[in-house]
Amino acid sequence: MHVNSTTEEKEIVTQQKSKLGVRLFFIYLICYAGFVALGVFNYELLSTTVFSGLNLAIVYGIGLIVFAVIMGIIYNYYCTKYEDDADKQEELTKGDQR
Amino acid sequence: MIYDISITALIFFCIFVGLVLGLSFYFGRKKSDSSSYYAAGGQIHWAVNGIAFAGDYLSAASFLGICGMIAVAGFDGFLYAIGFLAGWIVALFLIAEPFKRLGKYTFTDALNSKFNSRAITLAASVSTLIISIFYLIPQMVGAGDLVMPLLGLPHWVGVILVGAIVITIVASAGMASTTYVQFLKGGLLIVLSLILTAYILKNGLTLSPGNKENPYHTFTELKPQVNGNKVTVVPNWELVSQQNVGGKNFVKLSQNGIERWFVLTTANGEPVLKETLTIVQKANGEKLYNGETKDKRKFYQVGHLSKIIVNGKEVDKTGALGPFQYLSTIKESQVVRFLQTKLTDGTDQVAVYYPEVIAGEKFMLPGLKYKIGTGASLWSKLDFVSLMLALFLGTAALPHILIRYYTVKTPRDARKSTILAIAAIGGFYVLTLFIGLGAGVNGVMDVESSNMAAPLLAKAFGAVLFSIISAVAFATVLGTVAGLIVASSGAIAHDFIDIYLKKNLTDDNKVKVGKIAAVVVGIFAILLGMAFKGINVSFLVGWAFAIAASANLPAILFLLFWKKTSSTGISASIVVGIVASLAIILTSPTMWDKYGLGAENALHQMENPALISFPLAVLTVYVFSMLYPKKEVRIVEAA
Repeated sequence: MHVNSTTEEKEIVTQQKSKLGVRLFFIYLICYAGFVALGVFNYELLSTTVFSGLNLAIVYGIGLIVFAVIMGIIYNYYCTKYEDDADKQEELTKGDQR
Repeated sequence: MIYDISITALIFFCIFVGLVLGLSFYFGRKKSDSSSYYAAGGQIHWAVNGIAFAGDYLSAASFLGICGMIAVAGFDGFLYAIGFLAGWIVALFLIAEPFKRLGKYTFTDALNSKFNSRAITLAASVSTLIISIFYLIPQMVGAGDLVMPLLGLPHWVGVILVGAIVITIVASAGMASTTYVQFLKGGLLIVLSLILTAYILKNGLTLSPGNKENPYHTFTELKPQVNGNKVTVVPNWELVSQQNVGGKNFVKLSQNGIERWFVLTTANGEPVLKETLTIVQKANGEKLYNGETKDKRKFYQVGHLSKIIVNGKEVDKTGALGPFQYLSTIKESQVVRFLQTKLTDGTDQVAVYYPEVIAGEKFMLPGLKYKIGTGASLWSKLDFVSLMLALFLGTAALPHILIRYYTVKTPRDARKSTILAIAAIGGFYVLTLFIGLGAGVNGVMDVESSNMAAPLLAKAFGAVLFSIISAVAFATVLGTVAGLIVASSGAIAHDFIDIYLKKNLTDDNKVKVGKIAAVVVGIFAILLGMAFKGINVSFLVGWAFAIAASANLPAILFLLFWKKTSSTGISASIVVGIVASLAIILTSPTMWDKYGLGAENALHQMENPALISFPLAVLTVYVFSMLYPKKEVRIVEAA
């Protein structure tokens, strides 16, 4: 299917990464939808002061931005790990064959 | 606004534009085959590409629009920042790598890599073109706004200037040069925003913004005698006329032969007439600013605090503040913003900008533009949800963002670029909150257009900072417009003419046709930029996101995640997405106002279409894939 995936291992990596991506996406989606839902259904709650004189709207909003960056870093960490593991595995198998 | 030409700004501006043009010619000279024109030959380093991603994304909408909307509507502007960034999550987690594995140069190629269907080619190239044009409009509007204070030129001159420069860049170089332009500009934008935020926090909050050279105008308040809702006598002023517009009573008074408009409100139970800003368009073509001709300079910058409360005590100014303190102090204080209304006075058309006092608490919550609190109508709540949906889903489906996945070598690099971009953009968006609020309370706003909030704030802090920021903002517009025009010329030359019409162009001809297409799209964008003057650019970009989310995203997601997706399903969904979102936008209140029919008479009250058009497109791709299942799967070899 995929033009770049020449070996069996790489196909597995693709699947691992794709699964991780979908999971992280849904986690973020829930957080984001939570913000929108608060705005629509419980607007008053957004004006509650939660931290250092800041209201929930500001904290949640900035939180969503920071959270996106953190999730991006986590995603990259695991994807790189999957890829490196697969590469190592490949080298090992090659070594065995020799 | 009445602007002077700033010589410092002019010099910096010329240097910058020269630099950008020079760079693009330099890179353009080196390569000229079609792969480097459209995708920079896939040879860009991931870190450069990441900042260029940020540069691409931090368009006029982010820097000018979000700051402007925060300055005028408080937290509602920040909603755009939240949504614009959240969209990257979709791009990174769902689209980035699979897409990189599929494609060639354009969005159309990627969608079509499994099918080779002419219907998809046609639908996708049309959607690329429409989205690019909707994204181009706000950039052009922003460009026009920028040159007004920078060069003292009218709006349309700025639009033409940007159009001409970009057409030159694109027609001469292509993607490689735009990548470096975007890299340079993205980096500068973030550094400058940090400097601007530092200035804002250092200055803190004050009741009397402005400095010695540019003192803030003190808005007059008069004590009238009233009978019911009608003003009867105003001491020292001659009462000329009064009229009620949208529940507000506007009163025309005259003193020394100069006619001025005031708005009637109450303060502490007493009636008060507050000074407004007006632009009167006379039937004979004459324009009066606050009752006088332009050269008298009686038109002012606005936006200030009417009360500052620190730890429960009222103060005149705070001195330097920490970032959290800055936000919490504004929350406790009172903000004065200026709203616009239009009225007819005999044969005169009057634009009135009147002050409204808002509790800081409300300013720091959503609801001033998108009403979602208690008592808000269902329409406005749906509009809010629709906006947030479009921003979330739109990013990953913007053709000029997708095109950047191809400018690095491997999926790994594409991923790293994207994460760097998210970090850079996220950091920038947090800063926009401070810049926007800073502009809103430091007496720098231009009532005619909110788009200049950030540069005008910089102007209050010094001419040099202003000139650099304006130059970078201008380069921002140049870079984004260039990227968009490359994307749309790709859609026309590569997708439509080469593949759909099966002209089998030679490599040389493909580039030539692309350049001609770039010129045509550029001219079209110039015309639209003039037509949409005065509308907040973030709001306009919201539309581009909605169309992208509806037309492209369902097709992309189904293609990547559902094996039964057929070519008929994809092309039908693109068509339905475009038609539905366009239909809702073209009948929206904002467009009705543009047609001159009055926003309140619009067919519906939805400003943002995604809530309806996105599910419709999703349904279409599903239903059509079931009705017309795919026959065979073709595997396309890597180019």
